[in-house]
Order: sequence, then C-alpha cells, then structure tokens
Amino acid sequence: MGESMSRGGGGRSRVVVAMSGGVDSSVAAALLKEDGHEVIGIAMQLWDYTEGDRGRPGSCCSTDDIYDARRVADRLGIPFYVVNMERAFYDEVVRYFIESYTDGRTPNPCLKCNQVVKFELLMRKAMELEAAYLATGHYARVEYDPVEERYRLLRGLDRNKDQSYFLFTMTQAQLSRTLFPLGGLTKGDVRQHARRLGLYVAWKEESQEICFVTNGSYPEFIADRVNAVPGEITDRDGNVLGGHNGIFNYTVGQRKGLGIGGGDPLYVLDIDRAGNRIIVGPEEGLFSVGLTAEEVNWVSGEPCGAELIVRSKVRYRHDGVESILMPVGGDGAVVRFRRPERAITPGQAVVFYRGDEVVGGGWIEGRIEGPVRRHAGRL
Amino acid sequence: MKKVYLDHNATTPVHPEVVDVMIPYLKEEWGNPSSIHWAGRGPRKAVEEGREKVADLLNCDVSEVIFTSSGSEGDNLAIKGVLEANRGKGNHIITTKVEHPAVYGTCKALEKIGYKVTFLDVDGDGMIDLDQLRSAITSETVLISVMYANNETGVIFPIKEIAGIAREHKVTFHTDAVQGIGKVPIDVKDLNVDILTLSGHKFYAPKGVGAVYLKRGVRIQPLIQGGHHERNRRAGTENVAGIVGLGKACEIARRDMERENEHLTRLRGKLEKGVQERIPFVRIHGQNAKRIPNTSNIGFNFVEGESILLNLDMKGIAASSGSACTSGTLEPSHVLVAMGIPLEELHGSVRFSLGRDNVDDDIDLVLNELPPLVERLRSMSPLYSAATGKGVDINFDTVCKH
Repeated sequence: MGESMSRGGGGRSRVVVAMSGGVDSSVAAALLKEDGHEVIGIAMQLWDYTEGDRGRPGSCCSTDDIYDARRVADRLGIPFYVVNMERAFYDEVVRYFIESYTDGRTPNPCLKCNQVVKFELLMRKAMELEAAYLATGHYARVEYDPVEERYRLLRGLDRNKDQSYFLFTMTQAQLSRTLFPLGGLTKGDVRQHARRLGLYVAWKEESQEICFVTNGSYPEFIADRVNAVPGEITDRDGNVLGGHNGIFNYTVGQRKGLGIGGGDPLYVLDIDRAGNRIIVGPEEGLFSVGLTAEEVNWVSGEPCGAELIVRSKVRYRHDGVESILMPVGGDGAVVRFRRPERAITPGQAVVFYRGDEVVGGGWIEGRIEGPVRRHAGRL
Repeated sequence: MKKVYLDHNATTPVHPEVVDVMIPYLKEEWGNPSSIHWAGRGPRKAVEEGREKVADLLNCDVSEVIFTSSGSEGDNLAIKGVLEANRGKGNHIITTKVEHPAVYGTCKALEKIGYKVTFLDVDGDGMIDLDQLRSAITSETVLISVMYANNETGVIFPIKEIAGIAREHKVTFHTDAVQGIGKVPIDVKDLNVDILTLSGHKFYAPKGVGAVYLKRGVRIQPLIQGGHHERNRRAGTENVAGIVGLGKACEIARRDMERENEHLTRLRGKLEKGVQERIPFVRIHGQNAKRIPNTSNIGFNFVEGESILLNLDMKGIAASSGSACTSGTLEPSHVLVAMGIPLEELHGSVRFSLGRDNVDDDIDLVLNELPPLVERLRSMSPLYSAATGKGVDINFDTVCKH
C-alpha cells in the first residue's frame, strides 16, 4: 500500500512534479512517467539571479538548475514550465529568514519553503492544471489508512536520507494530493535509476546550502538588509564579557566567533532579543529537559491526547529523543525529554515521530531548563 | 490535437517563399561575400540585393542599412553606439518604462555604470506624455529611444512627433520598431527618425538576422569590432542566407501588408468581441489607443495569466503573457505595471498575437476553450468568490478522494 500511494496507484493520473534540476526530482519525474502517468514538470523561479550571479551550482533554483530541469523534462518528453514565485518566496521565506535571525531565532527556510511555496502555492498551480497530484523528490512516504480513514506521513525508507522532518506542516488535504515517488528508495537506488535513464544530472551534488544566500555567509546576507545593532555578550549573571555586532550573527550552541579569549570554552546559551544581548556560558548550560513549541501541526488533523510518548527530532540531523508530548492551548505543545538535550534552538522545528510515522511538529519557542544532573560536565 | 499558434510577437514561422530563396545560399552559394574570387561574388550580390529590399520597405538608401544578428543587437548598437560616439557631449538617455528588455535592460545596465536615464511614464492606455518628454530633455541628453509599437499591448507610439521633438533639441532619436516592421507601413523619411531597429523573425524571416536603419550623418560607434563589414559599423561575416531571407520577407511585407492588415484586424476583432461577450470581468489593455493590428492583450480578473497560458498550452493553444525574452519564466509584466493596471488584473493578463496563417477556426477554438477554462480557474479563486458572492467550488483545503 505504501508503495502504491507513493507512486499514485495503478491508474493513470495527471501529476505535476516539482523539478529542481537535481537528481532526486528528476528521477521522481522519470519514475512517474514510467508508471504511465501524464507528467508535467514545473520549476519554480524563487530568486532573481541576475548580472552574472547565476546562483550557487547545486542550490535548488539557480538559473543553471532550471536549465538542467528543462533538459531532463525534454529528455523525458514531458511538458515543462517555469513559474515565477519570487515575490511569494521573498515575502514568505526570505523575510521570515531575516526576521527570525533579527528576533534571535534560528530559522529553517527550507521547511518554510515547503510549507508555503511548494505545498500551498505550487499545489494550487497543480490543481489549476487539473492535476490529481503534486509530486516531489522528497524521501518520505504517504500512506492511506483505510481503517482510520486518514493519510499517514512516514519516514523515507532510506533512513540516512529521510526528509520527513521537512514536511511536518503537511495537512490531510495536502497529503491526499501528494506523491513521493522516492519514499521507498535509497539514494543509491535513485542514482542508479538516473544512470539507467541516462539523466545527465546523475552526477550532481546534493544541495545543502541556503539557495538565496549566493555569496558570502548568511550573516553577511542579513547585514546587507538590516541595520546591525551592536550589543553586549554577557554570562548568565549579566557580567559583560565582550561585544557583538548584531544578534543575528549568532545561533544557540555556537562556539566560534565569540571573540572572547582565555578560560574554558564558551558557547551561546541564549539570545536575549529584548536586551539585545548574547548570553554565553560553559557547555553544560546548553542542556535542556524539554521545550515549548508553537504553531504545532498534527498530521492527522487532531491533536494527540493528554500525553503521548514520541521521539522528538529537534533538528534535521538528530536521532530524536524519547519524549512526553502534551498539547497546550490552541496550537502549542510542551515536550519533556527522557534525557537532557543539547542546544535546543528557538526557531528550529521539532518533529514528533512514533515509529516511522510523523505525528506532527511545531516551531521551537523556548527551552525548559531543569535540574540537570550531570557528571564531570560530560554527558 | 489541433495546434493553434497565437504568439506571433514572440516569433513567426518562416514564410515558405522565404525558405525557398534562402536554400541556394546554404547549398550552392556558400562563399564569403568579402572574398575577391568567384565564390564570393554570388553571395556578395545577394547581400546587396537583400539590402535593397530592406531599404525599399523602409524608404531609405541602401547605404543606411546595417545588418545585425537580432533586434537585441540592433538596440544595443543604437544605444551604446550613440553614447560612445557622443562621449563628452552628454550622458543622459530618455526612454520609456514599457520598452522591450533589449532597450529597457540595456538602459538599466547603463544606469548602473553611471549614465543618467529618464524612464518616461505611460498612461492607462500605454501612451507617453509628450510634454513630459519635452521637459525631460536637458543639455546632457544625447539619445531618445522610444519603441514604435509595444510588444505586449501592440500600442503604437507617436513616433513622428517624438522625432520632431528630438530634432528641435538636436538629440539623436532611435526607435525599436521590431514589432512594427512588416505589420504596418513605416517610412523612415516621413517619420524622420535617426536610427531604427528591426528583426527578421518577427515578420516571417528566420531567426538570427536583423537590421538597423542608420540615417546618413548620424554618428555611431560599432559594438562589434573586427573586419570592415557593413562599412565598418558591424564586423562579422555576413549571414548571407539570413540576409536573403530578410530581404524576401521585406518584399513580401510590401506586397501583402494591406491584405494581411485587413485579415488580422478582422480576426482580432472577432477574438476581442467574442471574449467580451462570453466572459465577464475582462479588459482589453490599450484598446483605446492606436494598435498594430495583430496584438490583443486581455486581462482576466481574479485568475493568473500564467494558469490560463499553461492550460491553453495543454489544449494546443500557444499564447503568452508578454515578453518571451525572460528565459521562459512568467513574471508580472513591467509594461502593464507601468500602465497602472491593478495588481489583481495584472497577473491575469494574456497576450494573443495573430499572424498570417491564422484562420477563423483558430479564433473559434479559443472562444470555445477560454470561457469554461476561465470559469473553472475562477471557481478556485477566493478573490472571485469574495467579489461575486459565489462559493469556491473547487477547494483544495478538503481531503481529496481518489
């Protein structure tokens, strides 16, 4: 059943595939076409790469990548369109990215892009083309549960590539119209398919970086767009240890670039937006016993009961920590970890799993510090 | 599936008569026109005959025609060539906000390297204000560049008046006539322009060839340097077959223009009337202005032009949302923005541009397909629902039963 949902069943449907020019979405399009679907490729132009700034190769939406996507579509013999979503991308993703950092949070622009650009705007575009489904090259699975009459969002079978973390905002309505053709495959399978199909993108590197930060680092990108307000770096007790040039330069858990010499290594423990302060301390100060989340999405559409045992992933590359999850208020949640977790970072996503299933997720609002029993400062 | 092509402002099919006269210059007469020997003679003669035919269409002397590779090259040559030749005399250009990217983008790039550029506003019908033009001219102004007809709306500018104003102020005047040439009679002596750009593939010649009219005595620096081709104004071995084709297309344009105009005006009228009768909340942009006869830019409220175009493409109907010169991407048109078209209408604009091969059946197909398509897209639009009180029929906030 999982396989059949990820590839749209045995019937022939019109499917719009979000094509980025990378290996994954190219193979996704090719497999759907092989299954007999009427496939339409769409690439989204999200950022204005002009004047020789063609974007970083391997980022998802540079001019060269759109060209790659077009070549793949031509090779597959499917219609291909480029839709311009620069404005929405700027308003919904880039602005969010800048504001998060200037608010002392660490954003996740790829997740936001999935939420508002791919599965809202592009989904709408697909429906306007009378497509039955929107497909992407994510490593995740959708399954229909006929007993509970609802869709389940599951991890990709390739545990190393699983991207379900980036999809926690998906609703039942979206899942019912979504295909993840790569959900049952490994990255190796996908590269093999790419070679078998003669897709010349088979060699392409993974996209890892933030696609719109094309030169320099993210702090430079933000510094070009906002006024940096210098402030103090202090310890927990308010003793001034140094200065900073804008809180957006920092993220919780950061050790490098603090400009404080001598003594034990210091880490960013907290970013105090109201006081425009960076609070640093030794590593043990980074550990939390839980967190609070906001804008929580329950994939089933219903919040879980009073308490649910889940594994919480607090960042993409995180194994997950066993936790007790409690819904709070309208769309909040409190998460208590079984063991203290390091560097809980406001602004990042926390995603709740039971087995392979994504129960839901939310955006980290704050950390719960507790009596942390530690031995010798090492965990 | 029947295929209907209504995007002639993007490009046109090569006229069969044009193809026929080009073939010998690909097969037998392949020589270099600059050669002194026998192989160059035929091609050289052909290039000069092509030049005569272009000159006949424009009503100018053969010495005033420079062949180029494209409209974009011609525009770049005109603008940068004039600025370069007038170094020290001034650094100010006047153009409009609705130019084709070949002019608009060039002027924007020049602005970045220190030139001063005035981009004239247009009104709701796409027309510039000649008083604004007059008052924009300064002692630093060395070039005025205004397009003959707009590629997105078809609106024709008062080129003769603008040329007159430029003359009064002793400023060089260039017009990008890429969308006008071959569609309406253009007489450079009557208009009194200094430089004019044309492109072959917009009127049934092949891609890769264009020309610039450069009035005798107007000073210009070449853009492409090298050999002594085109009387030192444009280096590069001549595109002989292309030039032969361009010449033929000019000849055909002179011969058929009147008849074609009647045909295109009638078909466009049928399209616009049909759309207005069958679909509510539409507006024809530039309808009150003088337009080239083949172009119709229609705004459909509450829907995105992009969605209409993609759906039309799937039905075999080729249209466009404006300039095709932005690598196939679909962006809100800078032309319609400049015309002050409200945002919700801006995104719902579609350009139909007709050509010599279009017939009544083509328009009938569009008039059959468009109304249900627009209705379906509107039924998904919350904006339409809010404006009309009709419910949203197709809601993707609900779970879909496959």
